[in-house]
Amino acid sequence: MRRVTDLVQLLGPVVVLVLVGIVGGMSFVDPDLAIEFRGALVSVAIVVALYVFVGNSGVISFGHVSFVAVGAFAAGVMTIPVELKPTITPGLFPLLGEHSLGSAASLVLAAAVGGVYALLVGIPLMRLSGLSAGIATFAVLGVTYNILNNWTKIGPGPLTLTTVPETTDLVQATAGAVAVVTIAFLYQRSRLGRKLRAAREDPAAARAAGIDIHRQRLWAFAISGALSGFAGGLFVHHAGTLQARDVYLDLTFLTLAMLVVGGVGSLWGAVVGALAVSALDSFLLDAESGEIGLINDLLGKPLWGGSRLVGVAAFMAIVLVLLPQGLTRGREFRIPGLGRSRRAAQESAV
Amino acid sequence: MTEHVQTLLDATALGSIYALMAIGIGLVFGVLRLVNFAYGQLIMAGAYALALTNDSPVLVSIALCFGVILALSLAMEFAAFRPLRRASPTTMLVATFAISYLLQSIALVRFGAIGKIVVVIPELNRPVTIAGLHVRWITIVTILVAIVVFAALTVFLNRTSIGLQMRAASIDSQTARLLGVRANAVITVAVLISGVIAAIVAVILPMAVPERLLVGPDFALRETIIVLVGVVVGGIDRLLSATLGGFTMGFAVGALSGFLPSSGSWPFTSSVYLDSAVFMLVIVVLLLRPEGLFARGRRTAVERV
Repeated sequence: MRRVTDLVQLLGPVVVLVLVGIVGGMSFVDPDLAIEFRGALVSVAIVVALYVFVGNSGVISFGHVSFVAVGAFAAGVMTIPVELKPTITPGLFPLLGEHSLGSAASLVLAAAVGGVYALLVGIPLMRLSGLSAGIATFAVLGVTYNILNNWTKIGPGPLTLTTVPETTDLVQATAGAVAVVTIAFLYQRSRLGRKLRAAREDPAAARAAGIDIHRQRLWAFAISGALSGFAGGLFVHHAGTLQARDVYLDLTFLTLAMLVVGGVGSLWGAVVGALAVSALDSFLLDAESGEIGLINDLLGKPLWGGSRLVGVAAFMAIVLVLLPQGLTRGREFRIPGLGRSRRAAQESAV
Repeated sequence: MTEHVQTLLDATALGSIYALMAIGIGLVFGVLRLVNFAYGQLIMAGAYALALTNDSPVLVSIALCFGVILALSLAMEFAAFRPLRRASPTTMLVATFAISYLLQSIALVRFGAIGKIVVVIPELNRPVTIAGLHVRWITIVTILVAIVVFAALTVFLNRTSIGLQMRAASIDSQTARLLGVRANAVITVAVLISGVIAAIVAVILPMAVPERLLVGPDFALRETIIVLVGVVVGGIDRLLSATLGGFTMGFAVGALSGFLPSSGSWPFTSSVYLDSAVFMLVIVVLLLRPEGLFARGRRTAVERV
């Protein structure tokens, strides 16, 4: 943190997130909409967790939702009341079935489970790059989903986990998203993060400079896995119910698309992408239910049902085709003209 | 004994379908370096075309299926692939993700989540008895179609001018262009052939795989995922290795689902864990041979300065 301008890169996204939290909590926002604000903040946490690995390493991962999934299931299974466990998820291992945790402890557990899982998976997988890495991480997602969806000793299996305490309110969602963004920022400014980014730009040169790429990727993967697990904990306490399907292909696609729409190369891109797609999603949802007067006036009726799905997918496809580098073009947040020397300009362009 | 032979025969037919899809995906990858995740949604669109014309004569129905898929392939090429020519492989893959999702949402909004039954040629579902084996006609037809398509494509790629240009472009597109290969023409032809293969799969899949008798928004999605994995596992750089990869995945899925018991309380002990078993194998193969199981020789993974 040598310069004020560097700190701005963190403060920008944090201020935006806090504003989202405050606006969502204001009295004129109706309760349904407040839930959507909450969901947007949880999305930010997941996408930024994904960014920590994909953005800094330049290696695509289709497997991050696995870590979100194990975090969400760990936090969910451990916070439903003990007396309800035999009905909701019978067949649990005794250790899981007979104990429960508070929601704060469950978030820590979620982060730990996500981080350890990512570390174990990463040790062999981080040797791969390019398409093989993408497919191998995808295979991890396939295995995780398949096991969570069937193994009733660790969770509900094909059933739905219900009665999870909905403790992720706007304050917690904001604090959680800010925490993830802060850790992501500190990591990418750290020695480890810089080494990995160097390896992303030029693997051969980085290796020649003595950087162990496998180890650096593994660090990022494990940190990102822990953050994903934590975000999964926020996710399950936001939704209150959970099925293996909720943390599989659709979420993988949605979070990756949010990241790419915002711009893979920057933390600001991850935040912008998650918020922009969430905002559009909420807007179309409300327009469908006829809550947005402007649309009702223009069309003479609410937006037809299902246009939300089509609209979000079309938006992402269009942004990707027209702006392949994303909305932020891979740049960090900055205030135009604020104490920018030429050197700082060059730095942030990298 | 006959039971095992039957399982293996069914696995071969499934492998043939996956091999066809692998050819379709591999052809486009060869000339565009683009992994088309939306390939399954082309097949879905074709299957909807078939399902909505169940009452029409079968040839009209199949012609419509081909027409819809070819039109959609060209639309994808002009609206999405062409603007993305210079984007990074990740962006391209995520963009085809978005297109796939878009087509799925459109299908969901237009036709609903409940599947529609596809009737193409019901006669092919009849069994025929060969040496004590009861084989459905469609199983035989599927295997034969895959062989014919592969043979035709081999002739096309080795004996025609545009086919040779396509091979040249997939080995080294820049040099090929310098030597006068028209990139856009070659790409359009590859996209069209890939579309024809998608249409063939759309016609066969509902008959050959009982779970695909109904077409819904996620029709062929699972197949696409497994084929994509298979293509990379086999070795995406060459059409033959990609095809073999697709076939192997289909064969493995078919054979494992026939041989694993149907229940068990621990992971990997029953057929509900089929996907886990297949994906674990994939991870092992990728770790041992990242360049592909059937790829020729070993390429150095690290750039040399």
